Amino acid sequence: MSTKSLLAQKHNLSTPENQIKFLESSALTLFSDKLKQQSLFPLTTNKLEIFQINVGKLCNQVCKHCHVDAGPDRKEIMTRDTMQLCLDTIVKSGAHTVDLTGGAPEMNPNFRWFVEELTKLNRNIIVRCNLTIIVANKKYYDLPTFFKKHKIEVVSSLPYFTASKTDSQRGDGVFEKSIQALKMLNGVGYGLEGTDLKLNLVYNPSGAFLPADQMALETEFKEKLKSLYDIRFNSLYAITNLPISRFLEYLVRSENYDDYMEKLVNAYNPIAAENVMCRNTLSVSWDGFIYDCDFNQMLDLKIDTENKFQHLSNFDIDSINKRNIKVNQHCYGCTAGAGSSCGGSVI
Amino acid sequence: MKTYYNPEDLKKFGNISEFEPTLGKKFFDYYGEVFKEGALTAREKSLIALAVSHAVQCPYCIDAYTLDTMEKGCDEKQLMEAVHVAAAIKSGAVLVHGVQMMNKYKELSM
Repeated sequence: MSTKSLLAQKHNLSTPENQIKFLESSALTLFSDKLKQQSLFPLTTNKLEIFQINVGKLCNQVCKHCHVDAGPDRKEIMTRDTMQLCLDTIVKSGAHTVDLTGGAPEMNPNFRWFVEELTKLNRNIIVRCNLTIIVANKKYYDLPTFFKKHKIEVVSSLPYFTASKTDSQRGDGVFEKSIQALKMLNGVGYGLEGTDLKLNLVYNPSGAFLPADQMALETEFKEKLKSLYDIRFNSLYAITNLPISRFLEYLVRSENYDDYMEKLVNAYNPIAAENVMCRNTLSVSWDGFIYDCDFNQMLDLKIDTENKFQHLSNFDIDSINKRNIKVNQHCYGCTAGAGSSCGGSVI
Repeated sequence: MKTYYNPEDLKKFGNISEFEPTLGKKFFDYYGEVFKEGALTAREKSLIALAVSHAVQCPYCIDAYTLDTMEKGCDEKQLMEAVHVAAAIKSGAVLVHGVQMMNKYKELSM
């Protein structure tokens, strides 16, 4: 398993331009044409609810499917000044939820300051924690207590309840460390009945296939994690891997790309398309630009209104709410089957 | 290279209705009904299908139901246990005929 990002490897698919060129080169039906068939193009917004912030690409893991191409060699990181702009913008946006992601967001040196300031805004705060960061270094051991203090909703990836499938996607030893971290979170009350400390898990398929039914997976994960490790959690989100960045590279390298894309297109679900997350979400990059979602962020598809890229420094909520959402072939990942979003299935 | 089995043909399975639409439609309607959630879950049915695929040694079915069981959340151990069920029944079916052989042997022996 490579321990370097695609960027550090100087891989052809590390640039957004090359990824888009590759995605557009196949003869598949255009995603925009699929939307047109149900009069959903151009895709417009609903009420803004979630303000997702990617605080940097630095991570302690190098997962094979990572759409961010995150890892220890990525240096892009949000500064405190940009975080301050986020705080000002969240108030203007009216969003009720702030969703912090990365990389490993906890590795941003201003992470704790940012969470403390966010708490003052009285919003629901989500942290996408990769679990292993909690046990990576003693300076992170108190993260469960820190999360609890600020009533953070913790969302964590665990592709399976066995080591082989988890480690094949996320790296050797990740499963064991994840179990250790989950026990620490349970230990302070996360995921337990009678507490309001939410611990939600994310299931991503460990390969070129679509996720199983979310409810069935949740039931099985709950039974297995309880019986094997005495671990509890609240909900499980089944998320489809989108064909961008490292997962795209995997699909191409393993010669699964054509079949996977065909599968996504054939599984297009009009109801899922109506409920895609970009309609109620904004995504902010480490350097303060605004996107429709974290995937568009990684493909550098910035929101532009009136011929100007939207940035925290010129945030205009009215024109953002009236914008047309940028779509491309990767969007099929959010509309296949029961649909997919950062909160799991959409139907 | 010409072979009897072409993986691309699996995608054309639906085309069998071309030469006999009425029976083709009946078959696919039936097939769809069989694999719906019922007294058995769709996942249990998929694992049975995987085992049968091996018993009938159909490469199309093995490809299709390996993917299908993975998409229903099964892991490699569960898939292989299903294959062993098929293998056990196949080998058991051979061995149980040993009783017939023994009966005949005894019948023919003094």
